[in-house]
Formats: sequence, C-alpha cells, structure tokens
Amino acid sequence: MSSLSTTPPPSVSPDGRAGTLPRTGGRSSERRGDRVFRGLSLGAGLSLLGIIVAIAVFLVVQAVPALRDNTASFLTDTVWDPNAASPAFGIVALAFGTVLSSLLALAMALPVALGVALFISHYAPRRLAGPLGYVVDLLAAVPSVVYGLWGIFFLNDKVIDTSAFLAEHVGWFPLFGADGIYGRSVFLASIVLAIMILPIIASLSREVFLQVPTSQQEAALALGATRWEMIRTAVLPFGKPGVIGATMLGLGRALGETIAVAIVLSPAFVVSLDILTPNSGNTIAANIALGFAEASSTGRGALIASGLVLFAITLVVNVLARAIIHRRREFTA
Amino acid sequence: MAKRIESIGLDAYYGAFKAIEDVNVVIEPKTITALIGPSGCGKSTFLRTLNRMHEVVPGARVTGRLLLDDEDVYGPGVDATGVRRTIGMVFQRPNPFPTMSIYDNVAAGLRLNGVKGKKVLDEAVERSLKGANLWNEVKDRLPKPGAGLSGGQQQRLCIARAIAVEPQVLLMDEPCSALDPISTLAIEDLMTELKDRFTIVIVTHNMQQAARVSDRTGFFTIEATGEPGRLVEIDDTQKIFTNPGEKRTEDYITGRFG
Ligand SMILES: Nc1ncnc2c1ncn2[C@@H]1O[C@H](COP(=O)(O)OP(=O)(O)OP(=O)(O)O)[C@@H](O)[C@H]1O
Ligand SMILES: [Mg+2]
Repeated sequence: MSSLSTTPPPSVSPDGRAGTLPRTGGRSSERRGDRVFRGLSLGAGLSLLGIIVAIAVFLVVQAVPALRDNTASFLTDTVWDPNAASPAFGIVALAFGTVLSSLLALAMALPVALGVALFISHYAPRRLAGPLGYVVDLLAAVPSVVYGLWGIFFLNDKVIDTSAFLAEHVGWFPLFGADGIYGRSVFLASIVLAIMILPIIASLSREVFLQVPTSQQEAALALGATRWEMIRTAVLPFGKPGVIGATMLGLGRALGETIAVAIVLSPAFVVSLDILTPNSGNTIAANIALGFAEASSTGRGALIASGLVLFAITLVVNVLARAIIHRRREFTA
Repeated sequence: MAKRIESIGLDAYYGAFKAIEDVNVVIEPKTITALIGPSGCGKSTFLRTLNRMHEVVPGARVTGRLLLDDEDVYGPGVDATGVRRTIGMVFQRPNPFPTMSIYDNVAAGLRLNGVKGKKVLDEAVERSLKGANLWNEVKDRLPKPGAGLSGGQQQRLCIARAIAVEPQVLLMDEPCSALDPISTLAIEDLMTELKDRFTIVIVTHNMQQAARVSDRTGFFTIEATGEPGRLVEIDDTQKIFTNPGEKRTEDYITGRFG
C-alpha cells in the first residue's frame, strides 16, 4: 500500500553536510508540532494565572472602600452590621463558624468515607463493588441544593431528637452545651456537609486504593498478613497522598458550600461552641448568599472582603495538605 | 526448623481453567528444589499453591492434598495466614514496600507478628540483612526508602524481609530474572547458605542456575495451550541434567523444545 510508505529521512541535512542521523531542523513538521503545543500549553497556563490575578485584584478593589468605612476591626471583631449608617463588621464569627462546621463535617465524613472506599475496593464481592461504586459516584454529583432541602425538611427533625439526647447525656462535652432549643444548628449544617463530602472523598479514595499494585498487596499477604493487616501495610500507606488530596477536596467543598448551609442554618454572628442550638454560628459562604441581595454598597464590599478571607482559608488548607504530602515524598510510590 | 513438603494429586484452577494437574512431589527439608519448564506451564502456579498464595487470585482454587510435615495445608480450619508465616516467598519482581524505609521493610513481617521491642527488631533486621548479604551495603542508610535501592539490592531486601520472620520454607519465583550476573551469583550463594536452615523451592528459567544451586530438579510442561501443566519428572539435579528419565525433559534441557 503506497499510502503507508514513508519518505526515507534525507541523508543530507539542510546545511548540506552528509550524515545518516537526523539533524536539528531535519524533521521540521514534528518540531513545529512541539512548538505549537508548547506555545498552547504555556498560553493556557499563563491565561489561567492571569484570570486568578484579575479576580483577586477585582475583589480587593471592591473590598477596600468598605474596609475603609468600617468602624469595627475587620480581623478581630465578631459583629456583622455592614449596612448600617456607620458600618461595623468583623470576620471572626464567620470564619470561626466556617472552619468549625467544615472540620466537624470532615471528622464525621472521613472515617465513613474511608470505610466505604475500602469496602468497595477490597472487601465487597465484585458483583456488589461495581454498582456500589457507581452509586457513590452518583451521590457525589447530586447538587448541593438538594442536600440542603433534604436537610431542612427531613434531617432537621432527626437532628433535633439526636441533639436533645446528646445534650441530656453528654452535655458536659464542650460542643454539646444547650439551652433546650435544638435544630437548624451548626450540628445540622455539619451533618449535611458531611453527607455532601462523603461521596467525594469515598469516590476518590476508592480510585486510589484500587491503584495499589498487586505486587505490594501480595508482598504483605505473603508475610502472613490478614486482609486488614495487608490494607494497613500496603494499601493505606500507598494511598495516603491520594487520600489527603481527596480529603482536601472535600474540605474545600465544605468550606465553600453556600446554598445547603444557607438553607439549613439559622445564623447568628457569634463565636460559640454550642453546635446543637440554632443561632450559634454562621459561615462565610452562606452569609454571602443570604446577604448579597439586600446589601448596600458598603455591605457588598464587606461580603467581598469576607470572600477574600474564605479564599485565604482555602489556600492555607491546600498549602498544609501539600506540606504533609511533601514531607515524606521520597517514600511515596 | 526446616519442614518437608509433600503434594498429593494437587490440581490448581483459575476459575474454570485448570492450570496444573495431578502434581505429586516430595520436597525434603534443608534441600533446594528447582522447578524448570517452558513459560506458562504452571511453575509459578504450583509454587503459589505451596503457601496458599494461589487463592489470593479471585476465582482461584486448589484441590488435592498438600502436606507440610504431615499436616494438610488445605485441611479444614487451617489458617492461610499462618501457612504464609511458615512458608515465606520471594517474588520474581522485587516488591519492597515503597512507603517504608529499608529497616521497616525488613521489620514488616515481625511487626505483623506483634514483635514490638526495638532491641529485638534491631537485632532481627541486622541478622536478616546480613543473611541476605545486604547489610554492608545498607547499614548506613537504614532509614532511607527501600525503593531507592538498585534492583539487585531490592531483591536481596525482599529476601531479608522474607527470612526475617524465620520461616521454615522459602519459595522463590525467578528471584534472579531481573538481576545482573553478580547479583545473581550473590543470591545463589545466599541460597546455598540459607539451605542450612530452610527448605528452598526456586522457579528458574536459567538451567545453569538450576544445575548450580539445586539438589533436586522438577520439570513441568504442557502438552498444548489450554491444557493443564504437569510435572513430568522430579529427580536429583545431577540425574536430570545428565541422564533424565523422560525424553521431553532431555529435549527441554538440551534446547530442542517445541
Ligand atoms: N491470575 C491468573 N488468572 C488466570 N490465569 C492465570 C493467572 N496466572 C496464570 N494463569 C495461567 O495459568 C497458566 C500457568 O501460569 P504460570 O504463571 O503458573 O506459568 P509459569 O510456568 O510460571 O510461566 P512463566 O515461566 O512464564 O512464569 C498459564 O496458562 C497462565 O496463563
Ligand atoms: Mg512464572
């Protein structure tokens, strides 16, 4: 077939010197492809960077006038009253609520998610593992507004009962202080967040666990490890960077979750550990969603400033995760 | 305490596919037995039935009897993990745990057995690494990752890991196939040393290696693809290589196979 035959490489290079090895510039079409691709990827990378910088600059510019008019201290006050004649707003209560609800969500979701991931990857019979993995992936794709509605119409009642139980029996625990009113609380918001991020963490972790090479699993088994011991020796250490990544993705989603929290939480601008009661906290993202429509121009600036803080929190979390992964990088497969 | 192995009418399956059929062998304590044969004839499969690693493959199963000093390895109530602690294994491709240091790799088996004391572990690690001829090369870098060693060193690390738990039998599946001649010789010397303490079964494609290190040699083959592999004969290595009882063995050894 003549269409398949290729022209033999020229034995004389463009600069006229004889030789059989291809010379620089000898196969120009390939090199052009390389150049074009390098240009494209460089351009894509730079424009992404440009967009991020532009967003940051825009946000800062919008926030500065409001911060200038602020009569309270933005970084150390809990008050949030940016629409008043003399605006006063501080980020502390919002930042505290955001981090608290996300950490609680993570604490609830992570163990379960890892269990689910390990069950699918290493315990479930294959006939069950496939559909189960599919369901988890599906749950990860459910829009958060659905979780929010489910949380307020279904989960709230159960959480009220659970909260009453916790307050009565383990009320001495710092998080479970209460005054007899429960529901629409940080606890409820955390549970909704936990349920939202669970499938994300589970799905990504399962993916990582499935990639553990058979040879390493067999190495552990051949030493006489039980299945759980094998998972501890071979699977979990191998999957650790991936699990950390998945956790951070989940945490990022929890930190930035807007509508589900806005729906379920009865907000207040206070720093409180009483997670069982309503009006004991708020989050940055939910506050933006609830406050934006009625905000004055200073109010908007204040919300944007709070958005910048959320951005910073997420950044810190990511840097921490990278640091953890980096610390033992020579030991990662 | 080396142990004796005897297989009686052993068949191994992958799902519906019978990979080996009716294998009958006796492997005496403190001997080296080499298994040779063409690719795909079931050498690895047989080796893995000996420490119940075969059943780790989904759908794989074994029928027949396998005696370890008169105790049936596949008997009811016998715990596979216990069998594997007694019968160690070294794989064809070096597979140290990449997330562990050299030290932790060697200590892994002991830790699985619940050994905790630092002194005990230190001693066992040193003893095993010396036993695997690796101590001098790694004694100054024990906390470094095991995956950072050369291929030959990694394989000796895996041997150290396997002998650290003091198994009674050591199985080695083509342990030198990825190694240079010097590492190969080092591992062969090692096998000869280890023979004093362990029963060793080794799969190899290298005739010279089989001739050099083993006391007994077993020849596996298959009639045709899709057929199960069979043990054609097993005898003293000397005899197999000079005067085999079967024409097929002779053809294979002299390179007239297939
Ligand atoms: N995990 C598996 N699943 C299904 N079939 C397998 C599996 N492993 C091996 N087999 C089949 O079993 C037969 C024996 O394989 P085995 O690996 O024991 O051969 P071998 O003698 O070790 O070959 P080699 O010398 O190439 O390593 C082959 O037909 C192979 O295709
Ligand atoms: Mg093999």
